[in-house]
Amino acid sequence: MNSSLAILEMAVIALGLALLVLDLWTPPERKRELGSVAAIGLALIFVFSFVLENAGPKGLNITQENIRLFAFNKMFVLDGLALFFKRFFLLAAFVVLLMSVDFADRIAAGIAEFYALVLFALSGMMLAASANDFILVFVTLELITITFYVLTSFQRSRLRSLEAGVKYLILGALSSAFMIYGIALVFGMANTTNFAEIVAAGKPVFAKPLFRLGLLLVLVGLGFKIAAFPFQMWAPDVYQGAPMPVTAFLAIGSKAAGFVLLLRVLFGAVPEVTLQWTPLFVAMAGITILYGNLCAIPQRNLKRLLGYSSIANAGYLLLGVAAGSAAGSSAILYYLSGYLFTVLAAFTAISVVVRHLDDEDISAVAGLHQRSPLLAATLALAMISLAGIPPLAGFFGKFLLLKAVLERGATQPLFCWLIAVALVGIVISFYYYLGVVRAVYWSKGPPDASPIEISKPIKWSLYGCMAGMFYLGLFPNAFVNLTSAAVKVLRF
Amino acid sequence: MTTLNYLLLLPLLAAIALVFVPRNYRVVMRLAALVATFVTMLLAVKMFWQFNGATADANGYKFVCTIPWLGAESLGIACKLGVDGLNVGLILMGAIVAFAAACCSWEIQAREKEFYILLLVMTGGILGAFASLDLFFFYFFHELALVPTFLMIGVWGRGERKNYATFQITLYLSIGALIALVGLIALYLQSGANTFDIPTLTEHIRKNPLSANAQHFIFPLLLFGFGILVSLWPFHTWAPLGYGAAPTATAMLHAGVLKKFGLYGLIRIALPLLPQAAQSWLHVVAFLCLGNILYCGLVAMRQRDLNLLIGNSSVAHMGFAFLGIASLNLIGITGAVVVMIAHGFLAALTFGLSGYLYRHAGTLTLDQFGGLLRRLPFVGAALVMAMLAGCGLPGFANFIGEALVLFGAWKSFSLPTMLAAWGGLIIGAVYMLRAIRSLLHGPLPQKWDHLPDASNLWRKLPFVLLLGALLFFGLLPGSLTEKIKPSAEAMLALANGPTAKEDQMVLAPVRSPLLRPEVIKSAVETQR
Repeated sequence: MNSSLAILEMAVIALGLALLVLDLWTPPERKRELGSVAAIGLALIFVFSFVLENAGPKGLNITQENIRLFAFNKMFVLDGLALFFKRFFLLAAFVVLLMSVDFADRIAAGIAEFYALVLFALSGMMLAASANDFILVFVTLELITITFYVLTSFQRSRLRSLEAGVKYLILGALSSAFMIYGIALVFGMANTTNFAEIVAAGKPVFAKPLFRLGLLLVLVGLGFKIAAFPFQMWAPDVYQGAPMPVTAFLAIGSKAAGFVLLLRVLFGAVPEVTLQWTPLFVAMAGITILYGNLCAIPQRNLKRLLGYSSIANAGYLLLGVAAGSAAGSSAILYYLSGYLFTVLAAFTAISVVVRHLDDEDISAVAGLHQRSPLLAATLALAMISLAGIPPLAGFFGKFLLLKAVLERGATQPLFCWLIAVALVGIVISFYYYLGVVRAVYWSKGPPDASPIEISKPIKWSLYGCMAGMFYLGLFPNAFVNLTSAAVKVLRF
Repeated sequence: MTTLNYLLLLPLLAAIALVFVPRNYRVVMRLAALVATFVTMLLAVKMFWQFNGATADANGYKFVCTIPWLGAESLGIACKLGVDGLNVGLILMGAIVAFAAACCSWEIQAREKEFYILLLVMTGGILGAFASLDLFFFYFFHELALVPTFLMIGVWGRGERKNYATFQITLYLSIGALIALVGLIALYLQSGANTFDIPTLTEHIRKNPLSANAQHFIFPLLLFGFGILVSLWPFHTWAPLGYGAAPTATAMLHAGVLKKFGLYGLIRIALPLLPQAAQSWLHVVAFLCLGNILYCGLVAMRQRDLNLLIGNSSVAHMGFAFLGIASLNLIGITGAVVVMIAHGFLAALTFGLSGYLYRHAGTLTLDQFGGLLRRLPFVGAALVMAMLAGCGLPGFANFIGEALVLFGAWKSFSLPTMLAAWGGLIIGAVYMLRAIRSLLHGPLPQKWDHLPDASNLWRKLPFVLLLGALLFFGLLPGSLTEKIKPSAEAMLALANGPTAKEDQMVLAPVRSPLLRPEVIKSAVETQR
């Protein structure tokens, strides 16, 4: 037992509780500044995560030496993969908090609770990164999802926000029910919920049909989180209705949490079943890519567009799962990191632009290049990165994913078809991503040509996101090494 | 660091520097772009000049250098640059066209900052694509030029169908590029060399050729992926519309230089690394290229808009480059490279001139013009020379390229060659001469009385430069062909497998289904 390994999560929860207490003493007009306090706290925790990296025996580096440390009766594992995702989530929450401070005037009351809920969702994601047991998988997912039910409907005066909250609640509860039923079946067949023990049980357990059924139901729950076909129905509505920072956090945090759990379950607990289910993942990836991209074409609402784009991106990420190799998983990590900067840049820019508007229609960004060259450039770069054009992060991520799938294509022709589908999807996506770029740079007559004020923290987070996109696109070497070291803990 | 390093980094660094210049310093933008492209051009000329004296590395590449930090070592990706005979002329051509395009950009009167940044990024991307000796960066740099193309046509483009043309060209080109990307990754994976480095890969594949299956899978991907980028018939429809809508500088850079990327990719990668598949696919290319030469030539004949005419003729000219590649012998390949270079100058020149005309007249509809030679002696004369060069008049570099291609291809494909010669010389002459007649000769309509000729040196410079280059390589073709020859020979040695070059010339006609045995026999005998 070594509960100090969960120190990062504990610090985040403590920060959240401290925020709630601080709220009692803060005068109402200064409450929004609590978000900056929380962001600074997260930055400190982020720095501390590098100290934790050397927590191995004799101060060895966990990621590089491929060390796994266990806590809480082996439910919780600290390894390279966990640390990678913990930092990922911390970074995402940091930017989301800065966004929320800017967004605070659009939230009627309870901004401190808003910040605290973001932190609690964050702690759930960080715990998910360390899950080594189906029980912890379920608990962390519920922690994430339930906080998001509240966050999604936080703009109580907006009907759309409430609608989104209810939709998310109903579908989320349904998928949780499927998942817990699946976990019960898995436990019934394997007599354990621990990943290591399930792997040790091996073939006799994997062969049982009820075990597989249970696993399939667990996949339903995870598929809901990552918004993969056929569990994607909620995404566009919820993305559109939720407050902007929440949408951003859903798009990046919740999706990444789903993927880290998917990797942990598929390649940590049941690698052999995963291999046999390759056609299932190929089909899921292909259909998700096509569905997301095709539905995104007619969208006029930017958040809805990004909702469908997030479905399509879940499809691209599933390519890495379908490839079922170290290269594929490492590509998932790389792509997600690029996606982090890209999506945050896009949502931050849109959030500032539509500040005084009721709707996020694409015409809101018309003439943006005159109103704010910085926002215009950020939004354009984010779209170009999402489309996967060099020299930005999205390109290198897609390159790695395609390469991982093609590697398998040499032996299985199925993967060649998957590549063809992915290419079709990518080309379709060019159309609507570049459509946004067109709106920014040369659509007719901006409705309002006044310059846009950007606050300092937002400006710096935009610069940071742009730097991240360029760094991952131009200088991939160090980061590729990091991601391939992080996935060493998985079994292929 | 070699000349090549600076050559590539200069435009890109200048673009980055311009980001930090406030947008009301319009003169600074223009000046910075002009200086950066001018120095780039000087460096390219210097490199071309020094090429013969420079020491080559073990694989025959000169000025080899690596840009550190870029790339990923663990995946075998490094930003390695180098030149040999195949790309040294292309880089020179690209740099000259880039400077000419920057000169012609005086017409841009709005949002100069963005324009010049994009122009410089595009220049850097183009030069990088031709200079890189790494499969990954080869693709990377080409795609780097895609977004500038999209934005430049969209923001500064012209015509009613601008939006449509912007999206058409971008989507079409990205389809081609993505197909080629899959081919390139498959090539990397199949080789087993675990490197994207082209010289190492070539060496590895020379020792362990790919299986026939793999070759037949990868080659079509590269052929059609690159083919779309070069507007190989029937994938050419994006070109005339896109160029018609593009601002002058973009059309010059794209039609002149960037389009040659696909041809270069075929010569550099597809032919030497996938020889077996290449030999069975090349007769398909030989017939498809007739589509370019004949079909697009006939389409060009019917155009009533100067830009569409030039756009279609530029597609038609690509047919000659494809024919040269299909011939797969020294003369043909050399000819293809010369055609690429000559057509680069020519396309830039014609689009520059038509851009000048459009800027002053506001239209390019041929019926509305006439007798312009009287009002515009300089521009008119340059246009006549460009059109004649386009017909393949001796004295211009285009003649050298087309003649070499026809000589080379005759040995392999006599029927397509005959049709190509007919199409190139007669159809080409018809539409070029008709364009000259309706634009420059006849009565001058009154409304064009005010049209100003290129008055000062700056306006004349780009056209003089491009015409000078065409004439220089037309009169002294040896300066180009001597450089191309050793590299083309090395490439052909790989493309034709371990057998000698002569054997291959016999082989090629055997594969062509249209030739009768007696023709082949006589071809073999003349060869000996």
